[in-house]
Amino acid sequence: MNHQPEVLQRVLIIIPCYNEEAALPSLLQQLKQLTPPTGYSFQFAVINDGSVDATAQIATAAGVIILNLPINLGIGAAVQTGLLYAQQNHFSLAIQLDGDGQHPPTEIEQLLRYYEQTNASLVIGSRFSGIDSFRSTPGRRAGIGYLSWLAKLLTSQRIYDITSGFRLFDEKAIELGAISYPDEYPEPESIILFSRSGLEIGEVAVNMQARQGGRSSIRNFTSLYYCAKVTLAMLFTAIRKLN
Amino acid sequence: MARIQIITLITSLLFLAYIAWLIVKGRLREEYAIVWLICTVLLVVFSFWQDGLKKVTALFGVEVPANLIFTGCIFAIMVYLLHLSVVASKLQQQNKQLAQDIALLKQQIPNHDKHGAE
Repeated sequence: MNHQPEVLQRVLIIIPCYNEEAALPSLLQQLKQLTPPTGYSFQFAVINDGSVDATAQIATAAGVIILNLPINLGIGAAVQTGLLYAQQNHFSLAIQLDGDGQHPPTEIEQLLRYYEQTNASLVIGSRFSGIDSFRSTPGRRAGIGYLSWLAKLLTSQRIYDITSGFRLFDEKAIELGAISYPDEYPEPESIILFSRSGLEIGEVAVNMQARQGGRSSIRNFTSLYYCAKVTLAMLFTAIRKLN
Repeated sequence: MARIQIITLITSLLFLAYIAWLIVKGRLREEYAIVWLICTVLLVVFSFWQDGLKKVTALFGVEVPANLIFTGCIFAIMVYLLHLSVVASKLQQQNKQLAQDIALLKQQIPNHDKHGAE
């Protein structure tokens, strides 16, 4: 028997999908061609969040793990399903990657490298910090700026790309997320949750692309309603009793 | 008996019968029916006890009886709506957990998705 010098770190790549038949085939192909950095092994899990298109068939044909939610639960609960799977199957890391092709699989390495360097429990792939391959509307940027400011106020840590859904969870973060990952607008809210639970949060610049299909989980981002809702959710996460 | 008393009484009794019918048919849970039953009983009581409304109004220091009715009703409705929101939130949470469990369990069934994903 071969004796391996180092234990392979198993990484679950979580891909939440809601009607992503347009972008999913090429994304899955890119993922399968990916060579994991030394010391890591990758497994891919498509979380099909009640899609009504061919998302399930595409994922099944690609031979990846597929978790079919019988009804549409929203992005937060979909990611949580992935985290539950990672926890139950003892993965040491989980990486969330959106199913719409915004997050190039090649950038996964950046998250892993940053994690190795800092040991942060939550690593956020950030589209800001000097990279302008991703264009955002001014309103959206203002909204993100505001939420980032609010998070700074509540956690005294500056996270620039607070709505980024490209993120790495370590074992502690998987554990916490499996129990209480927020529901509706999970990205900004979960940062408050993780920070309050004493988990270290890091942010690393990655290259992002425009979405290739599907719809953002954050529609009408600039609307006052969205901002009010997220603000309320963040404030309550900041004062809520932790389990 | 004044005409309005008869109308109120008949309406209340019909309402009561309808609630009973819903419970019998299994379309309304008893716990939610309690509020409606209490409301109907109050209506019946006040349709018999004509001076009652005036006395209760005086007790609260309200000048016009109609104002007491409206204020009381609106408050009761608001409390009940809040209660229903709490119930809906709880249901949503349970619904989420059920869906997640189903997804995870289905994944454990070998070859499940090869025979047709939904």
